[in-house]
Amino acid sequence: MTQEVKFYQTGTFTVGNRLLDEGQRTVQASVARSNALTSGHRACQGCGEALGARFAVDAAMRATQGQLIAANATGCLEVFSTPYPETSWQLPWLHSLFGNAAAVGSGIAAALKVKAIKAGKAQSEVRVIAQGGDGGTTDIGFGCLSGMFERNDDVLYICYDNEGYMNTGVQRSSATPPGARTATTVPLGPNPGEEFGRGKNVPLIAVAHGIPYVATATVADLHDLEAKVEKAMSLRGARYLQIFVPCPLGWGAASCDTIRLARLARETGLFPVFEAEHGEIASVTKIRHPAKVEEYLRLQKRFAHLFGAHGRPDIIARIQGIADKNIKRFGLIAEEVAP
Amino acid sequence: MIDQMEGSLAVARAVALCRPEVICAYPISPQTHIVEGLGALVKGGTLAPCEFLNVESEFAAMSVAIGSSAAGARTYTATASQGLLFMVEAVYNAAGLGLPIVMTVANRAIGAPINIWNDHSDSMSQRDCGWIQLFAESNQEALDLHIQAFRLAEEMSMPVMVCMDGFILTHAYEQVDMPTQGEVDTFLPPYEPRQVLDLAEPVSIGAMVGPEAFMEVRYLAHAKQLMALERIPEIAAEFAETFGRQAGGLVRGYRTEDAETIVVALGSVVGTLEETVDALRADGVSVGLLSIRSYRPFPLAAVRVALAGAKRVVVLEKAFSVGIGGVVSGDVRMALSGIQVQGYTVVAGLGGRAIMQVSLTRMLKEAVADKLGPLTFLDLDHEIVNRQIAREAATRRSGPVAENLLRDVGTVAAMVSPRGAA
Amino acid sequence: MIQIRIHGRGGQGVVTAAEMVSIAAFEQGKFAQAFPSFGSERTGAPVVSFCRIDDKPIRLREPISAPDALIVQDAHLLHQVNVFQGLKNDGFVLINSRQTWAEMGLDEIAARLGPGRLVTLAASDIAMRHIGRPLPNAVLLGGFAALTGIITLEAVVHAIGDKFKGDVAKRNIAAATEAYATLSHSLEVST
Repeated sequence: MTQEVKFYQTGTFTVGNRLLDEGQRTVQASVARSNALTSGHRACQGCGEALGARFAVDAAMRATQGQLIAANATGCLEVFSTPYPETSWQLPWLHSLFGNAAAVGSGIAAALKVKAIKAGKAQSEVRVIAQGGDGGTTDIGFGCLSGMFERNDDVLYICYDNEGYMNTGVQRSSATPPGARTATTVPLGPNPGEEFGRGKNVPLIAVAHGIPYVATATVADLHDLEAKVEKAMSLRGARYLQIFVPCPLGWGAASCDTIRLARLARETGLFPVFEAEHGEIASVTKIRHPAKVEEYLRLQKRFAHLFGAHGRPDIIARIQGIADKNIKRFGLIAEEVAP
Repeated sequence: MIDQMEGSLAVARAVALCRPEVICAYPISPQTHIVEGLGALVKGGTLAPCEFLNVESEFAAMSVAIGSSAAGARTYTATASQGLLFMVEAVYNAAGLGLPIVMTVANRAIGAPINIWNDHSDSMSQRDCGWIQLFAESNQEALDLHIQAFRLAEEMSMPVMVCMDGFILTHAYEQVDMPTQGEVDTFLPPYEPRQVLDLAEPVSIGAMVGPEAFMEVRYLAHAKQLMALERIPEIAAEFAETFGRQAGGLVRGYRTEDAETIVVALGSVVGTLEETVDALRADGVSVGLLSIRSYRPFPLAAVRVALAGAKRVVVLEKAFSVGIGGVVSGDVRMALSGIQVQGYTVVAGLGGRAIMQVSLTRMLKEAVADKLGPLTFLDLDHEIVNRQIAREAATRRSGPVAENLLRDVGTVAAMVSPRGAA
Repeated sequence: MIQIRIHGRGGQGVVTAAEMVSIAAFEQGKFAQAFPSFGSERTGAPVVSFCRIDDKPIRLREPISAPDALIVQDAHLLHQVNVFQGLKNDGFVLINSRQTWAEMGLDEIAARLGPGRLVTLAASDIAMRHIGRPLPNAVLLGGFAALTGIITLEAVVHAIGDKFKGDVAKRNIAAATEAYATLSHSLEVST
């Protein structure tokens, strides 16, 4: 069997656009990209969400030939993109509330369907995305999200997961990982930071709805992210994409480490990257260069209480346990193939 | 065509004649028959093309409505009571965004204690949310108001709530004159949105607005309601011209001319009050009636004109503000600012307590004799109230109030005539 | 104005009965208003519904406390609920029962109302024969037409056709027609 050619660049695992055919290059590499979230917005330096949103929305714009409408939950993305009277959005965009982006998306999709039928078409060529942070998705927007899923409304919901309520000042959400410090899970007492045994895995809950497509992605692998958005837009019905987007401010990390943190989250197994179709896991992105969670945690002040003289190696070990469990559960490390 | 049917079905058919493009439904009594009726019309293909979404909550119902209305579709939903409260955040949002959604509120009490029966606590709780609120006296008017509501909402780019008494109207069979599709099409042009999520002209809707412009945005919402104050009677007049009957408008007076005492009310109790006024007039008592049909915007000038000649005004309300009393009363007093009038508030019909003509007659006679208290709860059972007060004075752990009172009342399921009727 | 009150149990079609009376009256060119007692009553619970009929539009919306006519769909309710409350002295009463009013011990009320005003009808038996289920509401309306003349049998038949479809409508119409004939006959005999 011939071996697949891998394009590794020194020091990163990103496929360099210059090494690829033009057709295989990222959407962002094209001068014809839509720039749907254009420059001038007010996101922090190194913002993972801004990066993720730009890639995701531009990819969705390309997949739909620019026929796209977005519903947006309240949160950082909404606030930094639309400081009245300015807006960074180059597509029709609606912000209603914190907890209803999925339902607003359903409403837009319903309206578009009726308009299409009135125009003599079977379905609308104009498509809908709804988007929000993890708080707006896994907590306050969860009811509307689940409703959109079970009705199989024609909406791609994108959750930008930065593991907390960053817009309100870094409070804990149901996506905040165990051990992490937030403003409402302070590093005090015998169990500093977020408690173990809490939180919810919304990608898997989405899979359990049996919807056509569920995927996770990170801003460390933008080509993969774009491919998943494109795949999602090739399908009809309810789709869910959760993108891991480090938050330098909320995590206490260097702005230049956003991509590294996203990559480490994947390579440690803390954030499994996979795809599922109609309730079944369809593909898993294997870990190519396994890393220990310690390397990932050390880069973030939200885990600083686990290190140093009064550090908590026991908690680090428990976090490693979560990563190991993910690796086993999703099969994140390729079985050694006998030569 | 004149036909005998349930109020809910009449509203469902009238809404269907308005050609809504998206309908969101979440069940709550006593609104259910309306959305069931519409669901059947969509499923059966009579109302097409139309998307009928069974959503997971009232909050989602209003949120879906926000999305579809912003995308340019004529949008309808219905709710009541706890359902209205559950969607409040989105109710305010729809008004703030200026989206012309039409919603029926099948008026019902708010718990606790849980109660499915009629009063106006639900709509009254939303009087400040920026929606236009129209109240229907009968099923015919409820039907007619929905047709006017779409016209008004879309013209003004504001959402409209049509309030109709739960059960008393929604579940009542009476005759209604159902217009034809042609008549409704003549009256109600296709929806031409002021703002829409359009690919040809991409706009961002719902941006954050800071202190530099927020006041102005809110002021414009108020200014728009004042414009609606002018359009509501005009649209009612046009409606009368097209359909040949009166419905809607700001207020409707009944025998108010030279009336010394005028009772002010909203909704279906107006019918019983008309009977009461006629009977009292026959006995030589100088009483009249003012029905408020547009509660928001509140027609201060029209109310003032109608009441200015009266010696006393009795505001009969199916809701009240705990800690002060009347809700509508405050607005009526504002309308009478500077005019010396004896004012009474009568809270009646809470949680479905039947409002009986005999009680209204007694109350109005007391009012005419100026023997009525400033705030009266019609047919209040003072005995069980006093027993509970005594119980609380005697025992620290006196237990849950509602359950105590129910024990004192005894079984009510078998009760035939309502309190105050005997 | 004629005011009718219907007593029965949840599941017996008490509300539907009042609605059918209103449809029948409308069919005869009258104004009519029917409404339930607005409960969330489950199957078996005592239920009340109301109907007003008039020659002019009906404005009154209070429950009916002084009825001109009563329909009692379940005779056992007589022990549980004061169904006769407020009944006018020249009123009509129709009770679903195999027993006569004398056997039921209702002499006092029969005397107050006068002859031919208080009658019983084995409506559940008629319903069992025609419909196969003890659903007495439409049957009693046939009897009500015979007893009171407030609505005609033709209008009742129309109302049943409005509320029910196909075979169910046909069976209910047959049952109501039999009830009408039975009661017309017994009223003739007794007067």
